[in-house]
Amino acid sequence: MKNEGLIYRISGPVVTAIDMKAAMYDVVRVGTEGLMGEVIELHGDKAVIQVYEDTSGIRPGEIVINTGETLSVSLGPGLLTQIYDGIQRPLPTLEKEMGVFLTRGVDADAFDLEKIWTFEPQVSVGDTIVGGQVVGHVQETDTIVHKIMAVPGAGGVVKSIESGDFNVTQTICTFEDGSDMQMMQKWPVRTPRPYQQKYPPVIPLITGMRILDFLFPLAKGGAAGIPGPFGSGKTVTQQSLAKYSDAQLVVYIGCGERGNEMTEVLDEFPHLIDPNTGKPLMERTVMIANTSNMPVAAREASVYTGITIAEYYRDMGYDVALMADSTSRWAEAMREISSRLEEMPGEEGYPAYLSTRIAEFYERAGRVETLNGEDGSITVIGAVSPPGGDISEPVSQGTLRIVKVFWGLDAGLARQRHFPAINWLNSYSLYPQSLDQWFRDNIAQDFPEIRTELSGLLQIESELQEIVQLVGSDALPVDQQLTLEVARMIREYFLQQNGFHEVDAYCDINLQYKMAKAILAFQESAKSAMASGSQLGDVVNVPSRSDLMRGRLNKGYIDTIDDMVKTMLAEIAATVEEN
Amino acid sequence: MGDVFKLPVSTDLIGRILDGAGRPRDGGPDIVADEKADIIGAAINPYSRRSPHDFIQTGISAIDCCTSLVRGQKLPIFSASGLPHNDIALQIARQAKLTGSDEEFIVVFCAMGITAEEYNFFRADLERTGALENAVLFVNLADDPAVERIITPRLALTAAEYLAFEKDYHVLVIYTDMTNYCDALRQIGAAREEVPGRRGYPGYMYTDLAMLYERAGLVKGKKGSITQFPILTMPGDDITHPIPDLSGYITEGQIVISRELHQQGIYPPINVLPSLSRLMGSCIGEKTTREDHKSVSDQMYAAYAQGRELRGLVAIVGEDALNERDKQLLEFSGVFEDKFLRQSRDENRSIEETLDLCWTLMARIDTKYLVRLDQKWIDKYHPENRK
Repeated sequence: MKNEGLIYRISGPVVTAIDMKAAMYDVVRVGTEGLMGEVIELHGDKAVIQVYEDTSGIRPGEIVINTGETLSVSLGPGLLTQIYDGIQRPLPTLEKEMGVFLTRGVDADAFDLEKIWTFEPQVSVGDTIVGGQVVGHVQETDTIVHKIMAVPGAGGVVKSIESGDFNVTQTICTFEDGSDMQMMQKWPVRTPRPYQQKYPPVIPLITGMRILDFLFPLAKGGAAGIPGPFGSGKTVTQQSLAKYSDAQLVVYIGCGERGNEMTEVLDEFPHLIDPNTGKPLMERTVMIANTSNMPVAAREASVYTGITIAEYYRDMGYDVALMADSTSRWAEAMREISSRLEEMPGEEGYPAYLSTRIAEFYERAGRVETLNGEDGSITVIGAVSPPGGDISEPVSQGTLRIVKVFWGLDAGLARQRHFPAINWLNSYSLYPQSLDQWFRDNIAQDFPEIRTELSGLLQIESELQEIVQLVGSDALPVDQQLTLEVARMIREYFLQQNGFHEVDAYCDINLQYKMAKAILAFQESAKSAMASGSQLGDVVNVPSRSDLMRGRLNKGYIDTIDDMVKTMLAEIAATVEEN
Repeated sequence: MGDVFKLPVSTDLIGRILDGAGRPRDGGPDIVADEKADIIGAAINPYSRRSPHDFIQTGISAIDCCTSLVRGQKLPIFSASGLPHNDIALQIARQAKLTGSDEEFIVVFCAMGITAEEYNFFRADLERTGALENAVLFVNLADDPAVERIITPRLALTAAEYLAFEKDYHVLVIYTDMTNYCDALRQIGAAREEVPGRRGYPGYMYTDLAMLYERAGLVKGKKGSITQFPILTMPGDDITHPIPDLSGYITEGQIVISRELHQQGIYPPINVLPSLSRLMGSCIGEKTTREDHKSVSDQMYAAYAQGRELRGLVAIVGEDALNERDKQLLEFSGVFEDKFLRQSRDENRSIEETLDLCWTLMARIDTKYLVRLDQKWIDKYHPENRK
């Protein structure tokens, strides 16, 4: 079979080649420099190719070679701590090969193929192995045991099994039918890895961010969208989630965003400690960085590369969190390629298949029973960057139709330096119903009721604020003034959280509950003190209340908060006697 | 022939004025090239970047205190027609320096589609202050071909990259006006019969702008740096227009110029509320500016934001209906604009002067309302405690 063609036409990242005998999604090498590309459209022997590297200077007539493979990622020990571009080339290797500027036509292995890992077999000769089954373990980092699994669809009766030190390409297991397996496997990125069944999401992903865990919780295996205009804190929120959420593994995709932000993550993560394991965060992280000025087709591929890696670890039985920042850039990459293909545009120039692609991507999230019977999950958190902050645009709408959690970032709050700038009035989570049992069992019986009470107070505040805008707060009756004061306490003490503060950045879920209770205790005692004749001003200004509020910035707050609340209640009670 | 567009580069570029296609415009000789550089510019490997953390003192209080500029940052000015963004850009070009260092910036000035009058203004100012000797100018005027306008910023950045990463200079790139650049991009997209995106601008405009803005930064193993200061005018003062919108998603913050403040006669009319510097956290504090900077900046910002909000309320209910705290905040917002924002075009305030000024102004508010200030800074810097 002839597997060579010639370039006929070039339009940005889209190249048309003639004389091709190709199948859809075949990976091809374009031009004399051998740039990597993928077949995305076929008309007889004319193939339309999206090229993952810059195409300037390439001319018609140059050669195109079909590799006959589909776009795949390499999976195996060595993935963790890596930082890749959109098509899984490690950036440190590229730096070695090309220097600080990315040039073209360089291939790089996804991880060190020569590195020796200690393989501990988990099966014996004569066992029957099916696809997805674990055949052995490798200690990949201090915290993560990498389970070597048979490729889904492969397997057989074990003829021989090795034990000891091997690199990822050496054979560690052979089967009676003559096939064998290595520690490294490949999987096409556009095909979801199979699993047995999806479970309902009943366990929360604890993030350490009060507004998220308490008011708008996300389930392990769920999907969340974070839309927001620029400057509202999407990236900071995503990074906080990557740092502090209690997922066992994190895949962070920087898709079409700023170079300096990725550098920040790279500088910071190796030094940050995972509060859940006490080990450096980098040891549980795989990073994919395809910044805004890197080739647009690789940006399109980057989310698929990321989620395939996430699925691989899910199949080992891990809880994986995947952050995609930002899915709008991914959608724009699709739009750019679509317009180069001269496809009929849908809304705002995006291709008509945009919402289908978004839905397919988020559907790869979920808590599942894996092929080997383990329980694993992928939680997907996608940032959306709507133009002008207006979420009526196609990417936001396509996302909101799929995800169950909406954390709406608000430019107004960001402008008041209220961070995280998540609007508590229009954000929502559809998970509380399925998660409440977990919160009742693990945190406190009345956890859901406390949540309802806090969000109710915030709702009342927004209504009262409309009146205050017209007549000023002094014109309200005192009980409503107290409500405003309590709501302000919720906002400033509970919802605001400094993502850069060494203590405040991560808040234990039990502490969150205590803080919420403290607010309600204040409200309760203030009400009764005022009923007995105390003045609102005296009650609100008891010094111990500001001590309580500032205390959250101190270490060990979880141990001192109860006493602080007691002191506050006593001081409030004392205001009655003064009168 | 058969090659992509290349710019001859050498340190002889410094002090020269070139046109939008890289030809001498100052009557001088052709540039003798050390090498020829591809103007498209390769992307910097994100792994090879260094984090920016060197504070640049601009001498303008609003910027230094509230939206601090960092070496290697890209921080645009969002302005609009009829506002003094050119004066601000020039003042920054003149005054910008690292604290505690005499290292000067090389200014690469890139004019796209500006009028001859504006160009003369810039040139005269650079000549008057002697800055021209340390500058490279690429000038594409309003009546020059629009196609050249696409090339002009790429030439400027190619020169900047050469000076920064081959010759160890710290380069400050000022472009004006990005809006003209984007309009040229639209014009050419339309001529090529491309499918238009929002407001007729091409769908790849985000990527195209990113290819310019992302050429800012610092890289491992090289001493120099590229800091970008793009100026763009928001059509109809609309910050959600595609040009400011897409820019804001790529750049590391923005400085927003306000027509309202300008009409009150305040220079520089910087509205700090929608302004932002994303890299500020990495460049301020004890080692670079002063230990209380973060705290002061947060408090100034919060108090001004609340004061501004109260103005709306006062318009309805009158000042008498305010409580004591609100009255003080309202008064503060006026003082903030009059004393803190306002400064003259050649007034160069050091960061210490700016922060001391903040404390003097904040002292007008009762300390108990200054909840964002750490007690230890109040003890150390509050004017009452400093006597």
